[in-house]
Amino acid sequence: MSLIIDVLTGGVRGGTSILYAALGETVSQRSGVINLGTEGGMLGGALTAYIIAAETGNPWLGVLGGGIVGAALALVHALLVLWRGANQFASGLMVLFLALGLTSLFGASYVGRTITPFTTWAIPVLSDIPVLGPVLFDQDPLVYLSYLAVPAAWFVLFRTRAGLLLRTAGERSDALTVHGADVRVVRTWAVGAGGFLAGVGGAHLSIAYTNTWFENMVAGRGFIAVALVILAAWGPVKVMAGAYLFGAALALGPALQARGIPVNQFLLHVIPFVLTLVVLAALGRRSSNAAPAELQRVFENGAPAT
Amino acid sequence: MARFTIRTGATALAVAAVVGLAGCSSPVAAENASSSDGAPGTGGTAIGFIMVGPRDDYGYNQAVYEASQILADEHPDLEILTAENVPEDDSAVTTMEQMIDRGAKIIFATSYGHLDAAQQVAEDHPDVVVVQQGNTIAGDILPNSGTYFGTVYEPMYLAGIAAGAATESGKLGYVYAFPIPQTIANINAFERGAQTVNPGVETITVSTSSWCDPAAQREAANSLLSQGVDVITQHQDCTKTVIDATEAAGAHTVGYHADASELAPEGWLTGAVWDWAPLYSDIVATILDGKFTGSEFNANYRVGYKTGTNPFVLAGYGPSVSAETQAAIEDAQAFLATDAGSPFVGPVLDQDGAVKVADGVTPDYAEIDAMDYFVQGVVGDLAN
Repeated sequence: MSLIIDVLTGGVRGGTSILYAALGETVSQRSGVINLGTEGGMLGGALTAYIIAAETGNPWLGVLGGGIVGAALALVHALLVLWRGANQFASGLMVLFLALGLTSLFGASYVGRTITPFTTWAIPVLSDIPVLGPVLFDQDPLVYLSYLAVPAAWFVLFRTRAGLLLRTAGERSDALTVHGADVRVVRTWAVGAGGFLAGVGGAHLSIAYTNTWFENMVAGRGFIAVALVILAAWGPVKVMAGAYLFGAALALGPALQARGIPVNQFLLHVIPFVLTLVVLAALGRRSSNAAPAELQRVFENGAPAT
Repeated sequence: MARFTIRTGATALAVAAVVGLAGCSSPVAAENASSSDGAPGTGGTAIGFIMVGPRDDYGYNQAVYEASQILADEHPDLEILTAENVPEDDSAVTTMEQMIDRGAKIIFATSYGHLDAAQQVAEDHPDVVVVQQGNTIAGDILPNSGTYFGTVYEPMYLAGIAAGAATESGKLGYVYAFPIPQTIANINAFERGAQTVNPGVETITVSTSSWCDPAAQREAANSLLSQGVDVITQHQDCTKTVIDATEAAGAHTVGYHADASELAPEGWLTGAVWDWAPLYSDIVATILDGKFTGSEFNANYRVGYKTGTNPFVLAGYGPSVSAETQAAIEDAQAFLATDAGSPFVGPVLDQDGAVKVADGVTPDYAEIDAMDYFVQGVVGDLAN
């Protein structure tokens, strides 16, 4: 039982940074723009949050700053692909390498700096519930915030006029003109908002989860987030489940090893990726059928019609 | 110059700047070359260092970088070229050859996985000495190559004594990346040091499959702490995450690479820290004298407490280490400095109870370097 609780707790804790980034990527892709620079947005968010937390002692300001830098990096991508007609894949990767270089340069002097991080805060009463209590309600504030962000993203996407415009941009951009909206403006907002969430995901990694800045510390989680969006068929709630599943797969190895259960480390560390591949393969056609129509054109041409 | 193989734009700038400086001094190269007696490694204008990570990682690569800068002070006529984030593959060859083009006749390839590239460069450039840090050359050794390393397991053995005395649960934790021989020897020595003061103590190992992945390290530390482990040490290139998680949980830290007592004011015990400068100085002096070939460095050279230039030293003690424990550690260090001294004086049993070192036998450095088993008391599975 303690093994299950440890793996699930680790899954939520370790999956939260991926959840934020994947939620942001969902918003972006729903509008018809794929952002492979998510990894870079997370790096920018992670470093910015760390610097602000180190300099001001206030982790909340760090999260805000991390989100803003994540949004700024995503807007570079939006500028290139929406307003300059660049290929979305090339532009996204360019943003990633830009962020990797800049964060390595500006982060060097913050390696090893101490900060005031977020700490876990057990919610009274709820944290006493067996199993679910420790797993869901003995976490840090950014985890709790993500519990609100997921339904909020769903509500905005599917129950508001802004969400309708955003999804229309992703499905039938020509229909947007009927509403008197500019598809490029709508998509720019969506990409920027997605970048903000990626930055918050990075902030969780640096100032709530590891309390460390180190170059390239996101270590591929941004790409996992992009894959997860497709896996979860562009739905916020499925994205949440996928992020926790991935986090749990990452937590399984250490939990088994700490109990002295003999496992091959190389096998263990490939499990999360094999798992993702298997689910992708199983859902393959169903997933791609759920893709926003304009996004499918990105895969064919590198850019949707505008 | 942009062809230096590096991973990020930031380091590209740094490397380009260093190489640019070296380029300015090329007239000196001609002068030195004419006065050289032709021995490998002499007559150059530069010394090259390739590092697998960034120079400011508060760990392995920073220790290399700092010692390389001390060489710069000792040899003002030689440029010190450093390349960060050099992968452990063929691109390391390119990086080293570009250093040679810039006047380097001495190259330090400082990561375990740089050995193949170092060997290839040594073979292609008989006038250049390429020494490699941490790995072992199997078979014949070229007249212009060698490996060197300290015995980091010696201070880890001493730190194990502090850990064994500190633990209340009898469970120590070890976070590591990959089961390379150096790591295995560290883990085994740590456990055996702890056993000298706490016979039933266990060392539980968790691997992260990465030299630096803070999120994986956090999960590793959490899983150990949840199992009652109350002393944690590690073999990772970036160390802050594990120390931070350990301190926050009120457990004890044994450091690795650097004195991190500032990060763990309550729980710090001690640790193994680096000081490469004396050994680098000796190697460079021998090469510049034209005496490298046939010297002790033209081999798989290992130093320990016996020879006095061990690049690994014990860090300062934390507040909870008692005078009694400190005395036990001093006695153990004196023992390691004797001819028969070693953390692995037999009997050494593996996890299955098989005798690996017979009763009373002191294994040599080569045998310890080749360890491929965990000793009794270590909990974990070696992925073979």
